[in-house]
Amino acid sequence: MTEQKLRDGAFDIVGMHREEQEQLSSKPVSFWKEVLYRFKQNKLAVCGLIVLIIIALMAIIVPEVSQYKYSDQLGVYNQPPSAEHWFGTDDLGRDIFVRIWAGARISLFIGITAALIDVIIGVIWGSIAGLAGGRTDNIMMRIADVLTAVPYLLVVIILIVVMEPGLVPMIIALCITGWVNMARIVRGEVMSIKNQEYVLAARTLGAGTAHLIRKHLIPNALGAILVTMTLTVPAAIFTEAFLSYLGLGVPAPRASWGTMASEGNKALMSYPWRLFFPAFFISLTIFAFNAVGDGLRDALDPKLRK
Amino acid sequence: MLQKKILEVNGLKQYFGSASNPIKAVDDISFYVYEGETLGLVGESGSGKSTTGRSIIRLYDVTGGDIHFKGQNIAAIKSRKDLKHFNKEMQMIFQDPYASLNPRMTASEIITEGFDIHGMYKNKKERAEKVAELLEAVGLNRMHASRYAHEFSGGQRQRIGIARALSLDPSFIIADEPISALDVSIQAQVVNLLKQIQRERNLTYLFIAHDLSMVKYISDRIAVMYRGKIVEIGPADDIYNTPRHPYTKSLLSAVPQPDPLSERTRTRIPYVHEETDGDMIAHEVSTDHYVFATSEQLARWQL
Repeated sequence: MTEQKLRDGAFDIVGMHREEQEQLSSKPVSFWKEVLYRFKQNKLAVCGLIVLIIIALMAIIVPEVSQYKYSDQLGVYNQPPSAEHWFGTDDLGRDIFVRIWAGARISLFIGITAALIDVIIGVIWGSIAGLAGGRTDNIMMRIADVLTAVPYLLVVIILIVVMEPGLVPMIIALCITGWVNMARIVRGEVMSIKNQEYVLAARTLGAGTAHLIRKHLIPNALGAILVTMTLTVPAAIFTEAFLSYLGLGVPAPRASWGTMASEGNKALMSYPWRLFFPAFFISLTIFAFNAVGDGLRDALDPKLRK
Repeated sequence: MLQKKILEVNGLKQYFGSASNPIKAVDDISFYVYEGETLGLVGESGSGKSTTGRSIIRLYDVTGGDIHFKGQNIAAIKSRKDLKHFNKEMQMIFQDPYASLNPRMTASEIITEGFDIHGMYKNKKERAEKVAELLEAVGLNRMHASRYAHEFSGGQRQRIGIARALSLDPSFIIADEPISALDVSIQAQVVNLLKQIQRERNLTYLFIAHDLSMVKYISDRIAVMYRGKIVEIGPADDIYNTPRHPYTKSLLSAVPQPDPLSERTRTRIPYVHEETDGDMIAHEVSTDHYVFATSEQLARWQL
């Protein structure tokens, strides 16, 4: 068989100046600066963030400085919005403007708590199951299956039998069932990422499980985690509204957007503002969360760097 | 010539799937690698080359056999400390330069990952200097440190992969088809780079590939794998000029020649797998050149 002899260095590069070719076009910037830059490019996400900040600030400030308390009955019933009562009053003569911001505290609190539970339990559970695989994965995911099979509403109702209705049973119920969806999504992501060659490379470098989760799995699953989280927050706010609407939520006279919408619903024909304001703020908050989540996901993806 | 064996693999088995019906990816192979040489491991897709490499570097828990690296049986390492020590000694270069770099990390983060794991170069300035040194060693610009993987071309990515493998200063590198995903014009650059680094750092390579012309160019010795077994192993020239196993002959007949005249007359030799019932053992047909066969087969192939 004939054989072309190859010498050492037979493939030397001619006519190429690597130094020139590989000059950088832009200056290096840090990762978070870039994320911030990309986030700012997304107008909708910035609007969403501003809206959320305003809602949060109002929820913190208004009930403290307002001349009315959320439970004060002022003797003027079902007033339309006016200079005196910006959003009007309800059937017990309470100022809706103050009640909206007192309710925002509860809605935002439950939303943020749900997100935290998702991240703390769901992400950890999902990453461990996905990474371990085999029997561990099987047991962990079957436990999760059993937990999803129990309806959230049912858990809340059972809890209310033994404790006062309010935020505590809602949060306990969230801890029991709320994180399963996140765990599933993270597990799926982790399973696809863990066989990537960069994870194998990290393992040959001697990386332990904690390092793999922190440096490779979470950052690459972050997009999916954020999207799920931005869906969890509005879902939790909705659930709280829904439970309060059913009378399983915060007890009177405390206000939440759900209870206010529930009460306003009865008076829709004659006093529409009583439903409009809580419904508007529920929608606005959920929309803002979605926009911010979308923007964050895009901003965190270095592939979109220009 | 008396050479030191840096790696000795004895009866390595790597089975996957259930114990009752295992998939024998690597089935009882033995070979050794001399210090400072390059052993080329060739074979068709699915022959178990990559699995062999991954088993040796402990990405899989081996089913059977032992692997002696610098006198230590690494298949039996249990403690995390010993394993970390071994990780510093042996590194791997991966096939796909697009999948082997984390898209969320910059070149500098990728290269320093090993430092984080092993707690080396804690000083920021020292670390940046080391990254720059490694980038330049693989023919990249020190300004590239802050760029993300997707901002590099395939060849540049593979160079980052090489820099990562070099970061812990290993003595043994498993190159798992490091050039097969690259453009032909880039392949030569990367192979030359690997050879140059080998000379500079006195490295030993296990070079896994299916491109025989490249393997011939880089290897001192070549092992041919087929169906999870090493069918022939020997010095590169012996394998090329006097192949004994019909599978090796078939494989060599498939190599295209950069010469239209010989290419016109080149005919491929088909390989027909034969089931054997005798004892298969490694026969030494010439110095350091082994063929895995029964005595009857060997006598027949002699002709």
